[in-house]
Amino acid sequence: MEELLLEMNHLKSCFFTRKGVVPAVDDVSIQVPKGKIVGIVGESGCGKSMTAKSIMDLLKYPGRVVEGEILLDGKDLTKLSARERRKVRGEEVSMIFQEPMTSLNPVVKVGKQVREAIMIHQKITKSEARERVLEVFRQVGISEPEKRYECYPHELSGGLRQRVMIAMAMVCRPKLMIADEPTTALDVTIEAQILKLIKELCDTTGMSCLLISHNLGVIAQMCDYVYVMYAGKVVEQGDVYTLFDHPEHPYTRGLLASIIRLENLPERLSTIPGVVPNLMHLPEGCAFCRRCAAAMERCQKERPGLYEVGEGHHVRCFLTEEREAAHE
Amino acid sequence: MKKKKEIVEELLAQTGENGSGQALESQLGESDTFKDKMKRMASSNKLAVFSGILILLFILLAALAPVLTPYTSEEMDLLARLSPPSAKHLLGTDELGRDVLTRLLYGARVSLAVGIVPTVASMLIGVFLGMISGYVGGIVDSVIMRLADVVLSFPSLLLAMVIMYTLGDGISSIFIALAITNWAGVARVVRSETLSLRETEYVEAARSMGVKDFTIILRHVLPNCIPSLIVLFTLDVPSAILSESSLSFLGIGVQLPNSSWGLMVNLGRTYLYNAPWLSLAPSAAIMLVVLAFNFLGDGLRDVLDPHLKDS
Repeated sequence: MEELLLEMNHLKSCFFTRKGVVPAVDDVSIQVPKGKIVGIVGESGCGKSMTAKSIMDLLKYPGRVVEGEILLDGKDLTKLSARERRKVRGEEVSMIFQEPMTSLNPVVKVGKQVREAIMIHQKITKSEARERVLEVFRQVGISEPEKRYECYPHELSGGLRQRVMIAMAMVCRPKLMIADEPTTALDVTIEAQILKLIKELCDTTGMSCLLISHNLGVIAQMCDYVYVMYAGKVVEQGDVYTLFDHPEHPYTRGLLASIIRLENLPERLSTIPGVVPNLMHLPEGCAFCRRCAAAMERCQKERPGLYEVGEGHHVRCFLTEEREAAHE
Repeated sequence: MKKKKEIVEELLAQTGENGSGQALESQLGESDTFKDKMKRMASSNKLAVFSGILILLFILLAALAPVLTPYTSEEMDLLARLSPPSAKHLLGTDELGRDVLTRLLYGARVSLAVGIVPTVASMLIGVFLGMISGYVGGIVDSVIMRLADVVLSFPSLLLAMVIMYTLGDGISSIFIALAITNWAGVARVVRSETLSLRETEYVEAARSMGVKDFTIILRHVLPNCIPSLIVLFTLDVPSAILSESSLSFLGIGVQLPNSSWGLMVNLGRTYLYNAPWLSLAPSAAIMLVVLAFNFLGDGLRDVLDPHLKDS
């Protein structure tokens, strides 16, 4: 296997609310190899963003990482002090957000915002920083960078703003970029451009990317490895071809089935019945059993572990486990 | 059908490789800067502009008082005591024969200073405490806000009187008293702004870039509070002027031989029937300045507050 950049082992992040403890991220292990794009996919509220925020140490009170380790190049981020952690943010790991409309400060010129991002981490003069910003602006495909440098965010379109955000995330040449639904707020033509840009940047700079999306199409197009999350846990993981060609977990299958295909439009769209369970009151057994058509008696009582079906392909489901056991 | 295809092709050509339709945007990109907002106010709200000019005029008059007046503020013309407005004394004279207009202009210095200095001071205190309160949250927030509640729950004039009694008379005591009584309101507004700004994505984005909390407050929170602060300022200045007038009227503010508008109203009260100009002139001045600040504040709020935009 390739050299790993990020290795997250059994990470658990909880929110300690007055009503009880909410395990938003539960025993999640994710590996991001160098130069690859790794996707996390799942419904709303399944812990995708919280996983990203755990890596960035951006969990808001009352949330915090409880267990596990986050190794970045062998260095455990969870053991660093707040100051060291802040140095990692932006310089080694950066993040782009879902809403380009609100993730830039409306009263500061975009060039200045990006320039400040670089000046936090590197001791360079303003004019050097400006040059670097213009260079990155060109790199992310912002035309007329000098003119855009002096613009306020509201003067730019969503696509351009997202490019500025990417420029800001790129400006310190991080090793890992976390993209939290980077294109959800954009229309499809711009979405395609932004995704293409992210892919190109990863290819040319050797940066890794952790792409979070609920859009399986985006994931299929972009990623090398995919993690499917459900109720704070990884339910299936594998490389993108295996996962899309031989999905094992009923949830992954359900997600894939609910993609609308133009060739054979069904009369009714396929859906997964029910909603994500309340994380505070998870069922005793498998978190998915109430929505699962293939649920067995065992699923109600026990929680399945991650079961390896092929190389790097893991599934958290008793069905797979029993089938494989029968094989042997 | 063919037409549709053409349109799609055209669009694709526009958005092409590197484009993202940026050519379109550069035409659309209309900026609405502070300057534009001021221009918009100038064209839509004449009253606010007039008020602004009036305030500037008052400041100018106060600053140039020694040049503009032929008398000094303490010069007495004992032969022309309590004389009604005339060409020699435009606003008449008081019981000691001092020129009312001259005293009014000198009094403007005190009144405007009292309007502006303590307001600036209370804003600084309020912004500082409000931001800490809103950004840090938790117990710090509780302590600061309860303190603000205590200050606000006192009748502010009473509190100012207590402080004046403790510190003694004099302008600097008035400054301190008014600053102490006025910061709480500012702190509350700034705190609530900070609370909502703290949750914005750009603050999170800044944090994700490793920006320090202090820098975030300075660069991302404070500038976004400024429109509210400008409005608060224009509303707090008149209240400070009124407070000073009240204190001076009650005899615990500015002391003779200095003059201030409140003091002049108080002294003129005795002669209200024989020489009404003694009280009327400073009263009118107070009213004009207070109204001017309020109208200006209203006008500024209309253009600066995004929630009231284009209503």
